[in-house]
Amino acid sequence: MDNPEHAFDDRTPGVGEDERSATYLSYTAGLVLAIVATIASFVVSQTNLLWAPGIPVGLIVLALAQIGVHLVFFLHLGTASDSTNNILALAFGVLVVLLIIAGSVWIIANLNSNMMPG
Amino acid sequence: MTIAATDRAPTAVSTGRGVHGPASKRIVVAYGFWIFILSDMVMFAALFATYAVLSRNTAGGPSGAELFNLPNVFIETMCLLLSSYTCGLGVLSAERRQPARLFVFAAFTFALGAAFLFIEGTEFARMAESGAGPSRSAFLSAFFTLVGMHGAHVTCGLIALVYLLAQVVAEGLQAAVLRRLLCWSLFWHALDIVWVGVFTLVYLMGGR
Amino acid sequence: MLGKLSWAAIPFNEPLPLLSAAVVGIVILAVLATTTVKGWWPYLWREWLTSVDHKRIGVMYEVLGLVMLLRGFSDAIMMRTQQAIAVGGAPGYLPPQHYDQVFSAHGTIMIFFVAMPLVIGLMNFAVPLQLGVRDVAFPVLNSVSFWLTASGALLINASLVIGVFSRASWWGYPPLSELAYSPDVGVDYYLWSLQISGIGTLLTGVNFVTTILKLRAPGMTYFRMPVFCWTALASNLLIVAAFPILTATFTMLLLDRYLGMHFFTNDRGGNQMMYANLFWAWGHPEVYILILPAFGVFSEVAATFSGKGLFSYRSMVWATLGICVLSLMVWLHHFFTMGAGADVNSFFGIMSSIIAVPTGVKVFNWLFTLFRGRVVFKTPALWLIGFMVTFVIGGMTGVLLAVPPVDFVLHNSAFLVAHFHNVIIGGVVFGAIAGYQYWFPKAFGFTLDERWGKASFWCWFVGFYLAFVPLYQLGLMGMTRRLQHIADPSWRPLLLVAEAGAIVIFLGILCQIAQLYVSIRTREQRRDLTGDPWDGRTLEWSTTSPPPAYNFAVLPRVESIDAFWHMKRAGRPAAEPAHEAIAVPRNSPAGFITAFFAVVMGFSLIWHIWWLAILGFLGAAIVVLAAAWRIEREDEIPAAELAPIERAR
Repeated sequence: MDNPEHAFDDRTPGVGEDERSATYLSYTAGLVLAIVATIASFVVSQTNLLWAPGIPVGLIVLALAQIGVHLVFFLHLGTASDSTNNILALAFGVLVVLLIIAGSVWIIANLNSNMMPG
Repeated sequence: MTIAATDRAPTAVSTGRGVHGPASKRIVVAYGFWIFILSDMVMFAALFATYAVLSRNTAGGPSGAELFNLPNVFIETMCLLLSSYTCGLGVLSAERRQPARLFVFAAFTFALGAAFLFIEGTEFARMAESGAGPSRSAFLSAFFTLVGMHGAHVTCGLIALVYLLAQVVAEGLQAAVLRRLLCWSLFWHALDIVWVGVFTLVYLMGGR
Repeated sequence: MLGKLSWAAIPFNEPLPLLSAAVVGIVILAVLATTTVKGWWPYLWREWLTSVDHKRIGVMYEVLGLVMLLRGFSDAIMMRTQQAIAVGGAPGYLPPQHYDQVFSAHGTIMIFFVAMPLVIGLMNFAVPLQLGVRDVAFPVLNSVSFWLTASGALLINASLVIGVFSRASWWGYPPLSELAYSPDVGVDYYLWSLQISGIGTLLTGVNFVTTILKLRAPGMTYFRMPVFCWTALASNLLIVAAFPILTATFTMLLLDRYLGMHFFTNDRGGNQMMYANLFWAWGHPEVYILILPAFGVFSEVAATFSGKGLFSYRSMVWATLGICVLSLMVWLHHFFTMGAGADVNSFFGIMSSIIAVPTGVKVFNWLFTLFRGRVVFKTPALWLIGFMVTFVIGGMTGVLLAVPPVDFVLHNSAFLVAHFHNVIIGGVVFGAIAGYQYWFPKAFGFTLDERWGKASFWCWFVGFYLAFVPLYQLGLMGMTRRLQHIADPSWRPLLLVAEAGAIVIFLGILCQIAQLYVSIRTREQRRDLTGDPWDGRTLEWSTTSPPPAYNFAVLPRVESIDAFWHMKRAGRPAAEPAHEAIAVPRNSPAGFITAFFAVVMGFSLIWHIWWLAILGFLGAAIVVLAAAWRIEREDEIPAAELAPIERAR
């Protein structure tokens, strides 16, 4: 839908109407990167390639990287000024997710260590 | 001018800062759906947090390391990732008004998503039959609910895909249908993002 | 066939519930009969039940909230009376089994079916008008949201007549709320009613965030939006952030109860504190969801009734956003005493104290708005001043409780009960009533009677202090909350004062009913002909009272904060002549019908009538699918039709 009237509107998350970044190439690049990250995760977790205590951190880093690949290559979230609302919403969502997961783990670990028998 | 959105061209750069009045319908719908997806991510976060807290509470029953079949998880992951890829290509085809290609990519997306569900379903059945069902322990309740909730979303996504393709056949690739396909693709990509979290935190970390 | 449902579910042998059920039943039948006899159904269906107009939906939310206030308040009077009577050896009139249901219902109804609808109703009515647009982003979804909320209210009220309600308080903590200790349907009523209305609320959050960020009149940049819209934005962002947590938590408890899982059970590894943790991770943002719009109302009222712009608009905005983010980081203060270490407790204690800072900024801004203004002491201004005094006291007791060692003494005491009623009544209820008084003329075209309005304010204000200050004292003397029986007779005098306070509040409610009745009777004398009864500052006052369905024939061009005020000063006509056709969304029965099936599904799930639950689910699914196919959603009003409506202004 090449609609010049919408050339200056905010970007939607996902495919943009003007196809600046949504091309077969971007999707394919994203796929390749994601496959690499996935294989790397499985390898890291199942072999001794990474120093053992560092494996959880390595897995998290790879997961975040792959999520980033999805956001950039599949959802076309960029740093352009017309994506600001989308990025802000994402940032807010990420904040909430982190607070819930990290907060709950911290609180419950604290409670468990103080209150559980044995 | 439409009730809630305008199709009129702004005369200067509009970055959602309100200078030119209400945004177009396509932007409004996509942004609203994006916010909805973020709310869904929050729900998954609560389930992830619960899983993290309960993952060691096996109550004498089997643990993740004993139960998980990692090769299957790898295949599931590849299926979902490839389906995200074909979904993206399908939306590109829709935007470029190429219905034949859209149907081909949509068929692949559906097949890959169905394959994911099939493998997951057999895994669940295997675990339940061997006495490791969701009522065996808190760990298993959390596992089945988190992973199962994702699977339920995938299922709803596949049903919705079929429904949307029916709309394409009946109504053509008009604006409203395109908006819905766009929203569907946002949903599908988001599910793949959640799966990245699932296979990393549940299967890879828990299955060691 | 009918699951657990049988005639035994109806409380034939318990006079109190039976009597109240009979009264409610008769009232409902009377209303239905009157509507049928007078032939109002077509009008109701066309203009209200299937309406997707935000103004109509806002009014329906207000009606829901005010009606449920009566139910929640009767629970309150019942508890106050029981506590006044059952001292020492006296048993009182309300057995423990019932008392527990009453306090559980009181909290649940007041938070979910009074405060939320009142606040969401105000946002529904005012936000699109203030933004200078025609409706919210997703009008049909808006209707669905309202009807799902109403479904939840219906289910909770059904528990009065058929079965029992939860005895596990408005929180539903396990293990008490698990099947082992609450085998009856009470907790299921609680869970399903809130799950259904929770979906409605979440959709409202999505709708309003999108509306405020993407749909504003031309020229209305973020920093030209009215403060009420900023607080609505913050509140709805919190809805989007918090309600999914509640959905997940209730889902897990439902899975425990229905499918024998072990998230929060005593055995097989369940962790009950995780429920409390997640519940309050929702619960704290929830109270900010309630209070932020009330703050917004007071910002509007302060500016309008002082005749000057709000003091320091920018700091007000930043304070609002600060409160929004901080409110996500304090939730453990609801369970300081549950075993967390000093590091965890002090982190959340400090965060809870910090959140008082932006709130204080707001209070000073309201004060400085009034300072040297030409203050008009109409009813909304009285509510503003009452709020500023009352809420600040309540906030201070909150900061006191935020100190963990203090909370160890006062957790779950009557002091805490006094604190949260202080901020919720002094903040949310006063704000809701102020908003109702302020926007009533816009919604209905005539003003409310001032004398009855002031009378109701004084009754609420005095009644509140009489009812709750004794509770602060009692809490410090050692009284805990939720007591069905009072062992210490020295507490009695204070409880009697509290009972008197409840009665004075009841008089306040009667005054409000009288105000409405009198105002309707004399409405011709108090018609709002200009659309601007208060010499307002924001765009809603530029429309007629009530506004036409489409709000603005031509969207106003905004050039500053307080756009309408500046338009008036500049002598511009309030609206330009319409020269284009406009589109209005069609009515849709989707909301009402979805809600009908939601009630069927919820009721069947509660009573384990599985086949009916499946039917209910399928019905709702079909309605959703049908709505998802609609291509033509709007009707057009040609420009020629607009001209006479606009000229008649």
